[in-house]
Amino acid sequence: MSLLEVSELSIEFGRRRVRALDGVSFSIDAGQRLGLIGESGSGKTVTALAIMGLLAPNAAVSGSIRLGGDELLGLDERELARRRGNLMSMVFQEPMTALDPTMRVGRQVAEVLRLHAGTESGPARERVVEILGDVGLDDPERVADSFPHQLSGGQRQRAILAMALINSPDLVICDEPTTALDVTVQAMVLEKLDQALSVSGAACLFITHDLAVVSQVCNQVMVMLDGQIVETGSVEKLFSDPVHPYTRGLVATARLDQVQPGQRLPVVEDFYAGGRQ
Amino acid sequence: MTEPLYRADALTRTFTTGGREVSALAGVDLELARGGRLGIVGESGSGKSTLVRLLAGLDRPTSGQVWFEGREISALPERELGFLRASVQLVFQDPRSSLNPRMRVGQIITEPLRSRLVRRQLPADVDHQQRLEEVLTAVDLPPDAAERYPHEFSGGQRQRIAIARALAPKPEVLIADEPVSALDVSVRAQVLNLLTDLVASAGLTLIVVSHDLMVVRHLCDQLAVMRAGRIVESGPTQSIYADPQQDYTKALLAAVPRIRGTGGPTQSRG
Repeated sequence: MSLLEVSELSIEFGRRRVRALDGVSFSIDAGQRLGLIGESGSGKTVTALAIMGLLAPNAAVSGSIRLGGDELLGLDERELARRRGNLMSMVFQEPMTALDPTMRVGRQVAEVLRLHAGTESGPARERVVEILGDVGLDDPERVADSFPHQLSGGQRQRAILAMALINSPDLVICDEPTTALDVTVQAMVLEKLDQALSVSGAACLFITHDLAVVSQVCNQVMVMLDGQIVETGSVEKLFSDPVHPYTRGLVATARLDQVQPGQRLPVVEDFYAGGRQ
Repeated sequence: MTEPLYRADALTRTFTTGGREVSALAGVDLELARGGRLGIVGESGSGKSTLVRLLAGLDRPTSGQVWFEGREISALPERELGFLRASVQLVFQDPRSSLNPRMRVGQIITEPLRSRLVRRQLPADVDHQQRLEEVLTAVDLPPDAAERYPHEFSGGQRQRIAIARALAPKPEVLIADEPVSALDVSVRAQVLNLLTDLVASAGLTLIVVSHDLMVVRHLCDQLAVMRAGRIVESGPTQSIYADPQQDYTKALLAAVPRIRGTGGPTQSRG
């Protein structure tokens, strides 16, 4: 049995029933890392939010999402809250909006621990400093005592990562975790994410529009287009021998380094024209 | 020797925040010839954006001078900067915040033509409607886009609108600050192709600020690498990419994420 099993997941929004996901099925084994790529509006984030039980109330969901064998769809908020941050956690794109600006970082990380493990504040502090060190923050004591605005973007994103990992969840969902960061900071955060996942043994669903980024963290990748998964395979296979024309287009556009400067870059439409504008 | 289009001498810019002095630029010299394509790279906080703000006359240096077409723009009052406003146009990173959501696209694009400062620099007979249609065609947007509002467009299309607005007064210089950083990888290629074509067809001088070295490599023939308010390495883009001299430049190049398993430099991960 897989850790996460999503089958025939469809989601529609609002009274007009705008379809965001259309029969999506995939599974993630314990410790496996699965990439989910696609462009804005393809349904990547909706998939993540559905797993976390964070969809807006106007979403009509059908299908099944099982975590560790338990069906998540239809669970009440209390049951979901018990799992969020404990069995499964999520790292969002923009670390400045994911952190509470009025609360010291250490307390925010400790809150996750206190909520689920009921740890007292003394031992919690030790554990918080330890995990902040684990995600590669040089001066974890100082970071714990800082407010979010006193930290750089890369430090904030690693604090979020620490929060996501502190309860040793089985599944970590990362939604564009490095998109808001500089290239150098991105490289470092990806490295720390890679290490931290290896140490904790957590499975990971890694969402991004950047193929180069996904190849740094994941071994398996799914391609999403208009709410459907159009191709799945190993990173090497997908990038060296893509089958779906849309995937071929995505791979071609990502290879900026293969084009002579000033020459025309390939675009997705060169490979796949169907149904989009 | 002919006068370069842009010349900057010993530029510094110091900001004061909460009683502390922060040096954003610590002595930058720069020359850019007409028709040149200059890329400025560096991490957040290295002073890239501060430098282009000074070049565009949007900010004043703490010390040092900026010359544009032989005139010292850093010493001129705003009311005499009309020639600069008409000749130098900017495209910013996030088209969501750089386009007024309450204006129709047509008004947004022709706004530079109506500006009091810019207007006097242009020929008296500029037909706004005609110019609007020209630039919409140039950026591959349909003519009926003019009647719509920015929120009706995707991120890539909005960046095209921002580029159309910049082109409207027929500038000589286009300054693009992280023009594709907020865009999807797949849309990025379209906007980069557009910029390449426009620069070639209109003979624009281009200044691109980015933390993405592959974007700059694609668009620019000259490169300036910035760190902590200084230019630490500069020269032809090709030679810096082939043989970076500074450790900092090497680190920036090494940080560019590459796809595994497709012939590029590989990294053992996983």
